[in-house]
Amino acid sequence: MKSKNARWLAAPYIIWMIGFIVIPLFVILCYGFVNSRGYFTFANVLAIGRREHLKALGLSIFLAAISTLICFLLAYPLGLILRARNVGAGSFITFIFILPMWMNFLLRTLAWQTLLERKGVINAVLTALHLPNQHLINTPAAIVFGMVYNYLPFMILPVYNALVKIDDNTINAARDLGANFWQTLLRVILPLSVPGIVSGITMVFVPALTTFVVSDLLGGGKILLIGNVIEQEFMRTSDWNLGSGLSLVLMVFVILSMLLVNHFDEQSTGVSGRRTMF
Amino acid sequence: MSAALALILAGLIAVSAGCGKKSSNAYTGDNNTLYVYNWGEYIDPDVINMFEEETGINVVYDLFETNEEMYPVIAAGGVIYDAVCPSDYMIKKMWQNDLLRPIDYNNVPNITEIGEDFITMEDAYDPGGRYSVPYTWGTVGILYNKRMLDELGVPYPTKWADLWDPRLKDEILMQDSVRDAFMVALKKDGHSLNSTNDQELDQAMNDLIAQKPLVQAYVVDQVRDKMIGEEAAVGVIYSGEILYVQGELEGTDVDVEYVIPEEGTNLWMDGWVIPKNAAHPALAEKWINFLCRPDVAAKNFEYITYSTPNKGAEKLLDASYLENKAVFPDTKALLKNSEFYDYMGPQIDRKYNDRWKTVKSS
Repeated sequence: MKSKNARWLAAPYIIWMIGFIVIPLFVILCYGFVNSRGYFTFANVLAIGRREHLKALGLSIFLAAISTLICFLLAYPLGLILRARNVGAGSFITFIFILPMWMNFLLRTLAWQTLLERKGVINAVLTALHLPNQHLINTPAAIVFGMVYNYLPFMILPVYNALVKIDDNTINAARDLGANFWQTLLRVILPLSVPGIVSGITMVFVPALTTFVVSDLLGGGKILLIGNVIEQEFMRTSDWNLGSGLSLVLMVFVILSMLLVNHFDEQSTGVSGRRTMF
Repeated sequence: MSAALALILAGLIAVSAGCGKKSSNAYTGDNNTLYVYNWGEYIDPDVINMFEEETGINVVYDLFETNEEMYPVIAAGGVIYDAVCPSDYMIKKMWQNDLLRPIDYNNVPNITEIGEDFITMEDAYDPGGRYSVPYTWGTVGILYNKRMLDELGVPYPTKWADLWDPRLKDEILMQDSVRDAFMVALKKDGHSLNSTNDQELDQAMNDLIAQKPLVQAYVVDQVRDKMIGEEAAVGVIYSGEILYVQGELEGTDVDVEYVIPEEGTNLWMDGWVIPKNAAHPALAEKWINFLCRPDVAAKNFEYITYSTPNKGAEKLLDASYLENKAVFPDTKALLKNSEFYDYMGPQIDRKYNDRWKTVKSS
């Protein structure tokens, strides 16, 4: 009886899942494997092999990987610093880092446009200091900037959470046994925080891989990522079949990257057990 | 368990969808309500109020953002509209697909206010104006910043080919849309902007790839903001934006000018049509007739600042508008080598889109 009631509590979640995850996925699957006349075809999926699509996919993976790496390099030391502080100060600093997320994602990216533009804030400051102006906007670097800025909190939170949970005694034991700072960091703290790093990486890499807004706003339409290709197929060309086919390919890449990261997770932690992804 | 849930859910969706349809049909049963579907910011709100007061007809006014978004709504008939305002090529696609109802001009006497040249232009997409009444029109051209060009030592542009001047590196804003971008390259090479010839399209594609290093950004609405902010020296822009840009720059030392390139350009025209399934075609004709009235058209023009084809309205407008050749260009000269976009079907669309993707990813 009790378990039956508990099951009904899950109903909203199940309805949500079916209505907004399973059915849409199924629709994409249907569109991806038929042509415009409704006949079964692999052409939409195989279209990823076309030069311009491969180029866009390669560039997306490259930029997403760089952004993820930068996010990690920024977030991990911060996590360590926060861990070393007492809880109150730590949570205040995390709060500061999360604060920008209260503002809309698009607005924040548009703000970067104003910062990086030729007559933007950064160049105005450089001019005032009599330094040469920099060409920042509409470059791959600008896109990486935008990605790192927007997705950094998604790296900080899980990393910080994982680091905070490490028992002080474990670290003290390592020190007692003669490990120096780097040995403690690399052989004790890092392995213990892998689950946090793993969710951080997926939470940054996946949206960075699929974005089209950041590249549109900061790339000036000159840099075509796979997300832009798909968006254009849907919004401008209205070729939903090709758009769906390419989305399916992209989904495979997302799943592959998650499997890869998970694989390392299990290898290095062994005992940490299964964690949920999000 | 979850399979049963899915079934129930599917049933619920089906039932609610059915209900929705019924109630919307009942809604259109009201004989004194006109359903209008128009672009955003494309009418003076006072004009709607005036119409409601004068005729006692209620107006339900909905907005769309692109022709492509509007088309399936009309084609599916989910919402029944009485008057819609699509662009030239889309009007052609709609009547070709039997979605439009011929306009009874006995009920639109003000049609005589529309200039003859525009009735001629209309023939390109709606021969004899059977289905549509011109509302606004314009061109695509080059907007340039005089001071920035002076500083660069580059002469003011007069033709599309000037957008390939290497001295303009990082100073060019192109339109981020397939047809507009290819129009620039095709017209530069002296081809039709509706070319379906593979060689001509390849040449245009290669020209666009060659131009890409000079282009600062491919944007749509941002051209006007970036030109106002002096981010770039030249930009490809729709003539309808010029009065806005010049208005924003009034009182500053920034001097911009608009030129229609001599190789010819894209002409566009938006017109009012009545869908075949309209519930109140008579009200729609009243609406169209009202919008063709010179005082209404003039008032509307001052608000939306897109050129009006209404000759009667021109007489009521301030002379400074009419002197502005960007807004009221010489139509006779334009008709020589400028064209409307033609809807050419999905296969030709593909040709353009695939080449555009190659340009963007190069």
